[in-house]
Parts: sequence; C-alpha cells; structure tokens
Amino acid sequence: MSLTTQTASQPGASGGPGRPGAGIKVARSQRNVAWTGGVALIIVLVLFRLPYIVYAGTTTILVQAFIVLTLASMWNLLAGYAGLVSVGQQVFVGLGAYFVLILALHGFSPFAALPVAAIGCGVAALPLWWLVSRLRSGYFAIATWVLAATVMLIVEKFSSIGGGTGMPLPGFAGLDPTQLTADTYWAALTVTVAALVVIYLLLRGRIGLVLTAIRDDEVAARSSGARVGLARLLVFVVAGAGCGAAGAVLAISQLQVQPGAVFSIQWTAEMAFATIIGGIGTIEGPIIGTAVFMVLQQTLQNFNAWYLIVLGLVAIVVALFARRGLWGLVDEQLHLRLFPTGYWLRVPGGNGGRGPIKLFGRGQSS
Amino acid sequence: MAWVNAIIEGVLTGGLYALFACGLSLMFGVMKVVNLAHGDLAVVAGYVAIGIITVTHVPVLWSFLIVIPVMAVIGYVLQRTVIQAALDRSVLTTLLVTFGLSVVIENGLLQFFTANSRGIGTGLALVTGAFNIGSQIQIAYLLVTIFAVAVAVLLGMQYFLSASKYGRLIRAVADDKEAAQLSGADYRHVFGIAAALAFATVALAGIAYGMYSQLAPTTGTDTILLLAFAAVVIGGLGSLWGTLIGGIVLGVAQQIGAQINITDEALAGYLVFLAILVVRPQGIISRRAGS
Repeated sequence: MSLTTQTASQPGASGGPGRPGAGIKVARSQRNVAWTGGVALIIVLVLFRLPYIVYAGTTTILVQAFIVLTLASMWNLLAGYAGLVSVGQQVFVGLGAYFVLILALHGFSPFAALPVAAIGCGVAALPLWWLVSRLRSGYFAIATWVLAATVMLIVEKFSSIGGGTGMPLPGFAGLDPTQLTADTYWAALTVTVAALVVIYLLLRGRIGLVLTAIRDDEVAARSSGARVGLARLLVFVVAGAGCGAAGAVLAISQLQVQPGAVFSIQWTAEMAFATIIGGIGTIEGPIIGTAVFMVLQQTLQNFNAWYLIVLGLVAIVVALFARRGLWGLVDEQLHLRLFPTGYWLRVPGGNGGRGPIKLFGRGQSS
Repeated sequence: MAWVNAIIEGVLTGGLYALFACGLSLMFGVMKVVNLAHGDLAVVAGYVAIGIITVTHVPVLWSFLIVIPVMAVIGYVLQRTVIQAALDRSVLTTLLVTFGLSVVIENGLLQFFTANSRGIGTGLALVTGAFNIGSQIQIAYLLVTIFAVAVAVLLGMQYFLSASKYGRLIRAVADDKEAAQLSGADYRHVFGIAAALAFATVALAGIAYGMYSQLAPTTGTDTILLLAFAAVVIGGLGSLWGTLIGGIVLGVAQQIGAQINITDEALAGYLVFLAILVVRPQGIISRRAGS
C-alpha cells in the first residue's frame, strides 16, 4: 500500500528539522488516550450495574438505544470504512429475530439462542454476499434492498414460524418480569460492548489498514497485494452477525416476532441516520448519533413517523454540510479520538510545534 | 387459457416496469446518480394527480398535463440543488442523501395521507374495458395503452438522445463533463435537464401505476424502486431496450408466479432477478456481450 503522508490538518507538515527519521515515532493517537480506556471501562461497569439503580422504564429505553447503537456501528463499518452502502441490513435484523424464535420454539432459552443467532447471521451473510458482491455503489445498495424483501417473502411462507403475521416468542414462562427486564438489558449491553470491541480490534488490525488502502486508491491497493474482496467479505459477515445479534435482542425485548416489523426498512433508516448525524467513518460517530437519535425519538414519540422525517432531514443536511458529522466537529477542534485506529508521526520539536502528523488511517470518508 | 392470459398480462406489465426503470436508468447513465428516492417521487406524482382529480374534477388526462411538467420542474430544481451538492461531495453522499429523501418522503406521505392505498379512479372505458379474444382471453385496454406509452417513451428517449442537438449535449456531458464544460456546455444545467426528463417519466410511471393498481406510501420503495432496479439489471445496465426486455421478463415471471400461488407474485419476480444476477450479471442485453 502507498505510504503517502496525509496531513490531516497541519499544512506544511514536511518542514520538520533534523535528519529525516531522527527521533520520529509512530503513535496511534495524537493525544495520549490511555485514560479513555479507563473511562470507557468505568462507564461500562456503571452501565452493567444500572438495573440495580434505575427504574425498569429507563433500562427499557436503553435497550432500544443499544439496539440502535449496535446497528449503527455495524452500518458505519460497512458504509464508512468498506464503502458498502447497504440499505438491506434489515435482512439480518429479521434473520436474527427469527433464529431466536426458531430456537425458542425448539425449547432453547432465547438468551442462549442469542449468540447462535449472531453466528447464524454471519453464516447467512456468505451466500447473500455472493449474490450482491458483483454490484457496486448504488446498485449494490438497491440489490441488498431486493434481497431483504425476498428473504422476508420467503420467511412469510413458513406458517410454522408464524407466516405473514408472526408469533409471540416462547420460552419466558415462569420468569419474573423484573428479572426478565434486567436480563434483556444485560444481553443488549453485552451485544453492544462486544460489537464495539470487535469493530475496534478489526479496524486497528490488518483489515483496518486494507480498508484504508482501498479508500485511498482501490487499484493501488489491489496491485500491492491487498485482498480487497476478502476484506469486504469479512466486513459484510461481521456486520451481518452484528445486525443479527441486534435483531435477536429486538425479538427478546419485544417478546414477539413479526415479519413486517423485523424486516422493516426503518431499521436501516435508523442505523444510517444515526451514523451520518454522529459522524460516518469514526467509531465515535455512531455513539453520538445514537444519543441524538434517542433524544429525538423520545421527544417526538407521540407524533408517529415524525421522528424519522426529522432525523432524515437532519441527516441530509449533515451529509451535505458537515460531512464528518457531530464527532467530526469535535475532532476538528480537539484532535481527540476515543478509539484511535490511525497512525500519527511524532516529530520531536518539529512541525512548528503543531503536534504530530497524521500518517494514515481514517480521517474522513469519501 | 389462464396461462395464456397470464403471459399476455406479464408482457404488458413489463411495459409498466420499463416505464419505472426509464428515469432510474437515465439518471445513472448521465449523472452516475442512483436515485434511491426514485419510487417515492413516482408515488408523490400519483398522489398529486389524485389530488388534482379529486379537487377539480378534471378528466384524468388533463391531470397529466399538470403533473408531468410540475415533476419535471421539481426534477430540475432538485438536481441543481440537493443532488448536485451531493454529487460535488462524493458518490457516497448522493446515496446517503437520496436514501434520506426516500425515507422522508415515504414517512411524510404516511403522516399526511395515512397508510391507506388509493387508486386513480377514472370511470373511463379505457381503464375498465378489455379486448376479448374468444371467451377466455381478456386483454385490458389500460395495459395495452401503458405498454404503448412505455414503448413510445423509450423510442422518444432514444431519438432525443441520439438525434437531437440537446440529446448530443447530454451524451457529451455524460461522457466527460469537464471536456464538455471546456467546450462551452454548462454541465450542471445539462444535468438539470436530464433530471427533468427523468422526473417526467417518473411522473408518468407513478400515474400509470396508480391507474393500473393502487398507490400507498410504501409502494414507492417496495414496488416501484425495486422493480425498476430489477428491470434495469435483468436487461443490462445502460441499455434502454434491455430495460424493456428486463421489464417483460419480470412481468411474465410475476404472472407465472401468481398462477402457481396468488401470493407469490412479488417473490417470483425477485427470484428471477436474483437468478439472473447469478448466471448473467451483465444482464440479458449487454453492451459488452461477446467480449
């Protein structure tokens, strides 16, 4: 891959004094972010204790937030990092929900079925990828949509799993409602944390480098031996598994599975809007976006579809006028990354005291 | 005989699907924009026509004269503002923005006009009547008319793009917009004209579907956009006549599916689309066929 220096916001970055290479260090982040790991850990621990502290109403809303955050993070991985704009991700939400339903009908606990559903969706992503991978950009987008519609129509043909009307999720008989609410919350939180950790590790590793190389120049990346197809396939599978896990949580939290609801395009709209508003192409973006989403949704919840209309309009404005989203605005001011996946050059005393130089890694999606 | 009927109806609805696909294909061909709001805009056109007919009681054909130019103007304005702004940024942005538009329009329709489906009721013999061949075969006038209109639109488009002065300009800009700009063509304006044309066909498609069947807020995506896209891919990207063939393949597949099981109409169409995507991803008619 090419190592062309990308100077993110430091003009004249090559003006460092001294011998080339002397004392230069490669760092993961411009600032020391060791403390952010600690803060993240504390936040997660507090979140895990939450069912003992707050009312069930709060955790129920948070379950929704975790579903949206998981979906948005996965969509961000697809669209923001791999350039795959899928508008058919609801297919995995639906499949995840149905995997849980099928296993529950066979006597398994829905919670035990959750990881199986995630893996099942990852496996299901393989044939679906094979179908749509030959199309690019906009045509890829609509093809995934057709795929989602097709899978829904096929699922609706099986009356043993509820046909076109769906059915309640069995397997909760005799469970204390308070316990169930708390368990659902923990399951949702675990899925979200796992999703963020997987995405972070994926992007810090070799795949992240390959994806960056593809973004910069796909032909150059291919000719340098980067396995472009394999990287995209891996991202599609991970996103499928992640959206499937979110779908499984959805089924558990709703206590029922309806094909029209779980395969709804609304899921893709929500994940896309949350990602765009928060900032596409950064791990932090979907987190901020989900927060904005939840505030809007809770404020407008008595006005039916208005929250989607408002979110859509905000997303259009952000996509046009603040392409890096809300987190992009923060990043511009502070050069702060909670989840650093890029590389920065630290030039001692050089660079006019403007700090390290962004070497490569994700800055902005294009 | 039911099968013969089904196949005839399939072929004729293929014309309708080609009409759906025409605008999508044109916008991709000229601007490289995949307009995800394509179908929702067709539904908007249909709703506007219904509104005009309900309020003013004008004959259906008069509503065309208003809706089609209005949609063309909307197309020009949308292209010069939102879509061009997105294009100036990146392909990704055009997808995000048109997807956003799609969701906003669909939910807006849902909010203001409820989820009820409505047709363009006309009471015209054209809509209700049918040719009868023997006692078994019935061919609706309306479907024949829609098919004829679709063929006329495709022929007109073909002629306009290949023979007229403006068509040459559009092709030049589609080929290389910078070079066209250097030669004195304002490519943004030409893009706007192409979008206006595309939106005019979108309006026609929306009204035609409203007369043939029923329009609901979700029709735009789950029927019009997806079928338009399937027709384009089956026929081969970038081929106008391929789109008609694609539409016909899709229409026949759906009607055969409906004969086997009435609820399988949509599924049969999608399955044929996916099968063709697997065995012949370049489409039935391809510019690169044989290479």
